[in-house]
Amino acid sequence: MKHIGIFALATAVALTLSSGVATAADPIKIGAIVSKSGPASFLGEPQDVTLRHYVKKINDAGGLLGRPLELVLYDDATDANVARTFASRLVDSDKVVAVIGPSTTGVTLAIAPVFEDAKIPMISLAAGVEIVDPVRAYVFKTPHTDRMVCRKIAVDMKARNFKRVALLNGTDGAGKTLRSECLVIFKSVGLEISADESFNPNDSDMTPQLTKIKNLPGVDALLIGGFGQALAVVTRNYGQLSIKTPMYQAHGAASQTYIKLSGKASEGVRVTSPLLVIVDKLPDSDPLKAGALEYAKTMRAITGAEASTFGGYSYDALMLIVNAIRKANSADPKAIRDALEVTRGFAGVTGVFNMSKDNHLGIDESSFYMVDIRDGGWKLAQ
Amino acid sequence: MSVFESLRLSLHANGGVLALAGVMLFLPFLLTSDFHYRVIAVVWIFSLAVVGLNILMGHTGVVSLGHGGFVGLGAYSVAVGPVLLGIPVWLSLLVGVLLGGFLALLIGKPLLRLKGHYLAAATLGFGILVFMLFSNEVRWTGGPDGMSVKRLNLFGWEVRGAQTWYWVGAGVLLVGAWMARNLERSPTGRALQAIHGSEVAAAITGVDVAGYKLIAFVLSALYATAAGAMMALMNGHVTPGIGDFLVSLQLLTMVVLGGMGSLLGAVVGAALLLVLPQFLTVVHDYEHAFIGLILIVCMIFLRSGIVPTLHARFRKYQ
Amino acid sequence: MSEFLQFILAGMTVGAIYSVVALGFTMVFNASGVVNFAQGEFVMLGGMLTVYGLALGMPYSVAALFAVVATSLISVALYDFAIRPARGAPVYALIIITVGASILIRGLTKIAFGTGPRDLPPLLGDEPVRVAGAVILPQSMLVIASTLAIYLCLWLLLQKTLLGHAVVASANNRMAAQMVGIDVDVMTRFSFSLSAAIGAFSGILISPITLVSYDMGTMLALKGFAAAILGGMGSPLGAILGGVLVGLSEAMSAGYLSSQYKDATAFVIIILVLFVFPNGLVGKSGHERV
Repeated sequence: MKHIGIFALATAVALTLSSGVATAADPIKIGAIVSKSGPASFLGEPQDVTLRHYVKKINDAGGLLGRPLELVLYDDATDANVARTFASRLVDSDKVVAVIGPSTTGVTLAIAPVFEDAKIPMISLAAGVEIVDPVRAYVFKTPHTDRMVCRKIAVDMKARNFKRVALLNGTDGAGKTLRSECLVIFKSVGLEISADESFNPNDSDMTPQLTKIKNLPGVDALLIGGFGQALAVVTRNYGQLSIKTPMYQAHGAASQTYIKLSGKASEGVRVTSPLLVIVDKLPDSDPLKAGALEYAKTMRAITGAEASTFGGYSYDALMLIVNAIRKANSADPKAIRDALEVTRGFAGVTGVFNMSKDNHLGIDESSFYMVDIRDGGWKLAQ
Repeated sequence: MSVFESLRLSLHANGGVLALAGVMLFLPFLLTSDFHYRVIAVVWIFSLAVVGLNILMGHTGVVSLGHGGFVGLGAYSVAVGPVLLGIPVWLSLLVGVLLGGFLALLIGKPLLRLKGHYLAAATLGFGILVFMLFSNEVRWTGGPDGMSVKRLNLFGWEVRGAQTWYWVGAGVLLVGAWMARNLERSPTGRALQAIHGSEVAAAITGVDVAGYKLIAFVLSALYATAAGAMMALMNGHVTPGIGDFLVSLQLLTMVVLGGMGSLLGAVVGAALLLVLPQFLTVVHDYEHAFIGLILIVCMIFLRSGIVPTLHARFRKYQ
Repeated sequence: MSEFLQFILAGMTVGAIYSVVALGFTMVFNASGVVNFAQGEFVMLGGMLTVYGLALGMPYSVAALFAVVATSLISVALYDFAIRPARGAPVYALIIITVGASILIRGLTKIAFGTGPRDLPPLLGDEPVRVAGAVILPQSMLVIASTLAIYLCLWLLLQKTLLGHAVVASANNRMAAQMVGIDVDVMTRFSFSLSAAIGAFSGILISPITLVSYDMGTMLALKGFAAAILGGMGSPLGAILGGVLVGLSEAMSAGYLSSQYKDATAFVIIILVLFVFPNGLVGKSGHERV
C-alpha cells in the first residue's frame, strides 16, 4: 500500500515537472479575431474556413520550425468591445505570437492598441487606410485600401471623360470610409459631386434615392459603396428604374453572389476587383496567377462556392506570418514583426507584398483591376 | 437600541452592498491574468448601468429599450470633448454625465406620460436616434469606425490598464450601489415602490407619480452615461456600437435575468451575459443558440430573476 | 410628379412588409399579452425554408407550403416549450423568453444555412410595371395586395366565425372562456401558429424583393414593433396603418429630406404621434384594474 502511494506521488511529481518544461513540440500559437457573425459575417466566414484549412494543411506537412501550429480563433460578432476582450485573452491567456484579423476597420482601430502595447504583430483584414497610415509599429494589413479603390475609379472616370458623379453609399463603415476617401480624391481630380445619398445596409428598397439621382441633370456616373446584400438590392432597383447612367461598384461587389443576386441589372456594371475574382482571365505569364488559382480551387473544393476575396486576405496574412517565422527562424513576436517588415516580393493571392518599416501594407494598385460584368461573368475592362 | 443591534440592522439592510464589496475584494485571488481582470472590469462597468436601469425598471416598472443611447452619450462625451472642445478628459466626463441627466430630464417629462409598450417604443426611438447621430456624423464622431479616446488623467496619474480599471470600476459600482440602496430605503424609494405596486393607488395616497418616475429616469440615465464614459476610457476607443439597440436589449436582459429590483441581481445578470460568451467559445458556432436557450431556461425556472428566486428558495429552507 | 409617385410606391412596398410583421405582433399580443420578439424570425424562416425546399427539388408551391407549416409548428413549439411553462411569470420575463427564442432560432439558422443572402424567384416575373412615370415590381404589388387580403381574412375570422370568437374570448378573459368550455390552450396555440403562418407567408412573398438572410429578422421585428405601436398595439387596423406610415415616412424622407436619417424620421414621427395619441392612432386605452 505504502509503495503504491509513493509511486503515485512520484508519478504526479514527474508529470508536473515535465509539463513545466517547454518541449520542442510546443505549438506555435497564432491568434485570429474575425467576424463570423454579425453584419460582417460574410467577410469573417470565409476567413474562418481559410485559416482553419491552411493551418491544418501546414501541420499535416510537418508544422513550422518542427513545431505544430495552433490557431486560436475568436468570433467578435462585429462588435468592438467583444473584440477588445478577445484581444486581451489572446495576449494574456493564450499567449499568441501573432494575430490575424479583425475583419473590419472599426474593430481593428479599437483593438490595435492592445497589440501595440503587447508588442505582438497583428495583420488586419480590413480596408481602412487609417490602419496603416500613420504606420503603427506592430499593425499590418493585407487588403487594398479604400483610398486605392477611389484613386483607381477616379482615373477610370477621367479616362472616360466623366465630369459629374453621384455617390450612393451605405451608412456602414465600408460605405462611409469609401465615401470620405472618394469625396476628397474626386474633388482633387476635378470631378463634380452631383449627389451624396445614403442607404441603410438592411434596406430592401433604394428607389427613392435612385429616383432622386436619376432626375439630376448631366450625371455621368454613379458610384455605390458599402458591402453585403444591399449592393445587390441597389443594383436591382437601378435596373427596375431603367437608369442608364454607368454604375461603379467597389470591392464589396466583386463576387459571384453579387452577380447572381443582382440579376440582369448587373450587366455593364464596372467593379474594382482584386485579382482572385478574375484570376482565370489573367495571362499565364502573370506571376500571381498560379498561387491564386490554387487557392481558388481549394476553396471551391471545401465550400462548394467560389473563393471569396475576403478569405484571400486571411490566406495572405497567414502565409506572410508563416514566411516571416521561417525567415526569422523564430516564433518570437518581435522577430516575426521585424521579418514581416523586410518581406519583399512575396506573392500572395491579393498581390505582391513589398513591406517596409514605412509600408505595412505592401501591395499596390497594380494587383487590382477594373472589370465589367458581362453576361453574368467578368471581363477585364481595357 | 444598543450599538450592536443598530450595527446588525445596518448590516442586514446593506447586506447586498457588503456582499458585493466582499466579492470585489476576494475575487483578485482567483484572477490570474490581465485578461481576467479586463472581463471583470467590464462586468463592473456594465453593472453600473444595470443598477441604474434597475432603479427605473425594478422600482417603477418602466421598461426602457433605449438606455444604450445614454451609454453612447457618455462614451462619446469623453471622446469628443478633448478633441472638439479642447477640454480635459475629466471635465468631459463630468459634462457628459451631467448632459445625460439633463437630456433625460428634457425628454423624460413628455416621454413618461406614455405607458407600457408605448413608452418602451418611445425609448426605443430615442436610443436609435442617438445611435444614428453618432454613426452618421463622421466629421465629429469618426462615423461607424469610431474614434480614439484619450486616457483619463487624474493629477498626473493615467488611469490605464485592466487591473486599474478593475478597481476603479469596482469602486464606482460600489458607490453607485450604495447610493441605490440608500435610495430604496428613503421616502423617495418607498414612493417608487408604491408606484410599482399600483400607480393609481400611489396617486391616491398623494404620491407625485410623474415626478418620481422622472427622478428614477434621470438617475438611471446618469448611471448609464457614467458607465458609457468609463467603458470608452478603459478601451481607449469608441464606436457607435457601444450605444446601439443591441446594447439596450442587453441591459434590459441583464436586469430581468438577474432579478428586477435586486441590487445583487443587477451584477449577477451583467456577469452572466458578459462572462458566459468567454466560456462558450469552445462551442464555436453554437454560441448564439446556447445563449438563447439559457435565456429561455432561466426565465422559465427562475422567473423572478436569478437572485430573487434563489433568495426565496434559500429562505424557504432556513 | 412621377418622382413623388415613385416615393409613394416605394413607401407602400416597404410599408406592406412592416404591416404584416406588425400584424403578427398584434395577433400574438392579443392572444397572450406577450410581445413576441421572435416574430421577425418567423418571416425569415418563411423565406429561408422555401429556399431550402427549392434546393431539395420541391416545386415552388410545395416548398412554400412546407415553409409555412414548418414555421407554424416552430411557433407552437415556442409556445409549448417556452411560453406556456412560464405561465404566471411577469410580462417582462415572457418578453425575455421571446428574445431568447429569437436568438436561438437565429443561431440555429446560421448553423444550418450559413450567413450568406439567398434569393427567391419572383412569382409574377421581374419586369417592373410602369405607372405614370414610376415603376413598381409585380411582386411588390403582390405583397401589398396580400397584406390587405390577410387583414381582411383575419377580420372575417375573428369577427364572423365561431373559432374567431373563441380566440377573442380566450384573449379577453381566460377564466371566463374556460368556464364556457373553450380550451384556452388550444386557442392560444392557434393564435401563435396563425401569426407565424402569416409571418412565414409574407416572408415568402417579400424575399424576392428583400433577399433573405439569417439575421434579417431583427430589423424587421424592430420596425414591425414600431409600426404596431404607432397604429396601436392590439389593433389589426392599427398594424396596417402603422406599417404604411412607417414605410411612407422612410421613403418620403429618403426622397425629400436626408437619406442618411430616413430611419430616424420614422421614429421621430412615432414619438410625435404618441404624444398626441398615447395609445397609438387607433389603439384602445387600456383599463387598469385597481
